[in-house]
Amino acid sequence: MTQPLEAVGEKVAAAFPQDVLHRALALDELMVTVRREAIVRVLQFLRDDRDCRFDVLVDICGVDYPERPERFEVVYNLLSLTHNQRIRLKVNTDEQSPVPSATPVYSAAGWFERECWDMLGVYFADHPDLRRILTDYGFEGHPLRKDFPLTGYVEVRYDEEQKRVVYEPVKLKQEFRSFDFLSPWEGMNTILPGDEKAGGEGSP
Amino acid sequence: MSADAAPVNRPAIADEAAIKSFTMNFGPQHPAAHGVLRLVLEMDGEVIERADPHIGLLHRGTEKLIEYKTYIQATPYFDRLDYVSPMSQEHAFALAVEKLMGITPPPRAQYIRVMYAEITRILNHLLNLTAFALDVGAITPLLWGFEEREKLMEFYERASGARLHANYFRPGGVHQDLGPGLLEDIAAFCEQFPKRVDDLERLLTENRIFKQRTVDIGRMTREQAIDWGFSGPMLRASGVPWDLRKAQPYDAYGEMDFDIPIGKNGDCWDRYLVRMEEMRQSLRIIRQCIDNMPAGPHMVDDRKVAPPPRTEMKSSMEALIHHFKLYTEGYHVPAGETYTAVEAPKGEFGVYVVADGSNRPYRCKIRAPGYAFLQSTDFVSRGHMLADVVAIIGSMDIVFGEIDR
Repeated sequence: MTQPLEAVGEKVAAAFPQDVLHRALALDELMVTVRREAIVRVLQFLRDDRDCRFDVLVDICGVDYPERPERFEVVYNLLSLTHNQRIRLKVNTDEQSPVPSATPVYSAAGWFERECWDMLGVYFADHPDLRRILTDYGFEGHPLRKDFPLTGYVEVRYDEEQKRVVYEPVKLKQEFRSFDFLSPWEGMNTILPGDEKAGGEGSP
Repeated sequence: MSADAAPVNRPAIADEAAIKSFTMNFGPQHPAAHGVLRLVLEMDGEVIERADPHIGLLHRGTEKLIEYKTYIQATPYFDRLDYVSPMSQEHAFALAVEKLMGITPPPRAQYIRVMYAEITRILNHLLNLTAFALDVGAITPLLWGFEEREKLMEFYERASGARLHANYFRPGGVHQDLGPGLLEDIAAFCEQFPKRVDDLERLLTENRIFKQRTVDIGRMTREQAIDWGFSGPMLRASGVPWDLRKAQPYDAYGEMDFDIPIGKNGDCWDRYLVRMEEMRQSLRIIRQCIDNMPAGPHMVDDRKVAPPPRTEMKSSMEALIHHFKLYTEGYHVPAGETYTAVEAPKGEFGVYVVADGSNRPYRCKIRAPGYAFLQSTDFVSRGHMLADVVAIIGSMDIVFGEIDR
């Protein structure tokens, strides 16, 4: 019997009353935020429970919100082939706190977690092989963090004299430009210098 | 390598088991590595003990770049992921943005998209199957396949102006309407193409060498395929009847009549057979699209999302302003997040878009099907011979544009 997505959410919340922090149904997609420590248990439950059967781990990815105290959100997208449903699990973490690895539950988690570590620097505890995956050998930093510049820090070129590829700090031929096309009538809420008394935000 | 050249005073090997496994580097510039795959293989003689794929040599930071671009500017990046099936990936992004904005493209746009998504599928399978055949020793199919691909890319060009990087599917519809005579020509292609598929099948399907190289190689059971996050033909070859076009129909797929081929054994040969049949089914869908192609607009009638026609811009100030704002600022997508997936030729291609209400995506994670396939290389190829790894990688339909992103 396929149950509606809301019922799946309720079921998860009922099974893990302490661990489910938040759940929402938006755009016909179910999102459940759980406590970091409980993620493996919740994944296991979602995979094995006969009303859930989320047997495919579609994707794991990280999102960076630098302004939050726990800046990273690790997002697990699951798919149930039996019930033709999707669910999105979320876990919050920061640079230090490790997230338990999902590899014992889903074999597919290995590379997705490696990528998440590589791109954002989210550490996964008990991962069998947590190496960098997409970036260069010996790369430093985590490029998908919001504070990592788009241009990066190093650039490579082939050095004719040394007969090898050398790494150098990025030198931009022209200044990095990030165009801001936001309409000043709708998007701007900064206070112009000398305009402080006008009342700040939203004032004409 | 040659043991005969060893010094004479070398102690004789007492025990066979004392032979250490050796490590072999496969790629990154190897024609059978399908691009820039570097495989570090631990071998016991000619048997694989462990395969460690090193990827990322084609990493271009697509996801980071998209965060700095407006939604319209982000679309061309999707062509450059899996450069063998560009339009399917635009499709995923277009659907995701449409979902966030709550717009539905008009019926004609949906039909055009479905038709081109299926053309893309044939385009992809033609390359994959024939390159796979080349990997295991057959050269002719590639030459035949490319002739047909050329015709299909011509259809790409006539619709979008580009043979490969089309940038044709946009949030809200497709960029241009189909030119005159295009549908007739695609219909004519559909008439002659089945014969080409038959030719290919005659060359390969029951070919003794081809079967020796593929049957029972790289087997994945149903449970293993699911556990490793397989999708698309790879999953179907393992006997799971799962296709997003049927299960979660998007655009006009719900109105189409087609069958889902599945395999029995989940080996390389089954994957080949599934893809062969999928090409025929794609033709069925294309024919239905041509027959039932609705009239009407090819893009939503909303000047905040769709650009005005060129002619209008010459006379209307309003149109000119809309055009300018659309191509500089772009449109604002309401805050929210969605994971939207399409059945790309390789498998489930999904985008997870987090919108923060501005004109740029806050985060755009691209879920490439090939990433999950390649991950399983180690698991699949263990115990196989070195030459089988080539067949396994060939059957996985690996394209590095999407894996490395």
